[in-house]
Amino acid sequence: MATLANPLAARDHARAMAGTVVDAMPKVPAVADDLPAGVSADDLVWEETIAAGGYATRKLARGSRLRLIDLEGDACASLLIYNADMPSERLNVADTVKVQWNAYLGAGKLLLSDMGRVLMSILADEAGTHDTFCGTSNASTNSAKYGEGRNSGAYPNGRDRLLLGSAKHGLTRRDVHPCVNLFKGTRIEADGTINPQIGPFEAGRSVVLRAEMDVIVVIANCPHVLDPRTEWTVTPLRASAWRGAVTEEADSVRTATPEGLRAFLNVEDYFRV
Amino acid sequence: MNTDPHFSGLTGAVVHDEVVPARAPWLHHIKASQTLRIVDLEGNQAVDFLLYSAADDAERYSAQDTVSAQGNLFLRQGTVLRSNEGRAMMTIAATSVEYHDTIGGACSCESNTLRYGHHTKAQHACVENFLEANLTEDRGKRDIVSNINFFMNVPVESDGALGIVDGISAPGLTVDLRAEMDVVVVVSNCPQINNPCNAFNPTPVRMIITE
Repeated sequence: MATLANPLAARDHARAMAGTVVDAMPKVPAVADDLPAGVSADDLVWEETIAAGGYATRKLARGSRLRLIDLEGDACASLLIYNADMPSERLNVADTVKVQWNAYLGAGKLLLSDMGRVLMSILADEAGTHDTFCGTSNASTNSAKYGEGRNSGAYPNGRDRLLLGSAKHGLTRRDVHPCVNLFKGTRIEADGTINPQIGPFEAGRSVVLRAEMDVIVVIANCPHVLDPRTEWTVTPLRASAWRGAVTEEADSVRTATPEGLRAFLNVEDYFRV
Repeated sequence: MNTDPHFSGLTGAVVHDEVVPARAPWLHHIKASQTLRIVDLEGNQAVDFLLYSAADDAERYSAQDTVSAQGNLFLRQGTVLRSNEGRAMMTIAATSVEYHDTIGGACSCESNTLRYGHHTKAQHACVENFLEANLTEDRGKRDIVSNINFFMNVPVESDGALGIVDGISAPGLTVDLRAEMDVVVVVSNCPQINNPCNAFNPTPVRMIITE
């Protein structure tokens, strides 16, 4: 171990870390070699691999696309969404499933706020295994399953990750609302039984969302709360985002249902001023 | 001996007894080990229900933690109502209705515009009641989360289709909730008139609290 007895030695030691590459990290400036056709490299605004058990958060402008990739087939993206300009408006999971008359997320589905507006829409979905019901783990569920669940321990829980991510925007415990889980799913039996779909799945499945408002997303990547495995198991999650056009009037996601169309009309009314 | 059938099966001393009018909010502090009985007086009246820890109201009812812990969406006798930190807040000690809902959420002026059209924006809604009641104790919009709907029926089909359908409650049916910690109960006696949650006719409910 080097002796770092003075500030300049400490500085040199710190600077010597520059250029280190690890699996889970942001790329700054953002760069990606697999953007969809037609997307300019200049429009990439976020490129980050979220560690197993990690979290990330980002403000995304209206029209931005957010692509999440389950790199190794065992990620679980627990997602919170806030209106960036007024975070008291946030994802409402109950309205999301009730207004759309369906609980299972997939391409064409909307993620609705508690103010009758669309926060994000799902443009593409290679996974099909998502969950609107279970929420995420907390310190007590992780303690019971894995022996501990602290942020400062080896088996962090989803709620505490979402708390930290929300806190980076000045938000608090009161703001961490019910979430949706992408990549880990549930299916419901007639008697209400929740059957989790945990995988692991094929590596590389992706979901592409479109921000329909200026939003803050907070993403935790922790094992699903109903993951039956006794070992705390999760793999890295990649997030990429790029600028994109605001949804046009004839967009098929916008016009797919009368309820969804009214949610888009409410968004457009909100941005009129 | 109390011969009122609404008290049937209750054993402890009655500390509160109140009829909540149709369409109205209700807020009450309930101590650990007390029991709240809700009586569906006229049948199929949705009672939208939130819970906060009296000691720390950033800890509150969590529908997701509740259904995950029991591996089932429906709230039945024996269901433990859990907080966002995983703790037991209340237990459904008894109920004469087969199950209750916690996935359908609360109606709001804004969601009504999506579900039925902008002509319903001015109608009274549960979120208005939740806000009115919570504001009296300095809670606000950030404190409103997915709630319980007692006496409301929301089945989920095999393809994920769901919706509020005809109720399975009836006049005089009840749910008994035993407090596992000191809690603040916030209720909206649902005013919705555009779906079957109140049989298209909002009616009063009775709240009885016993030691």
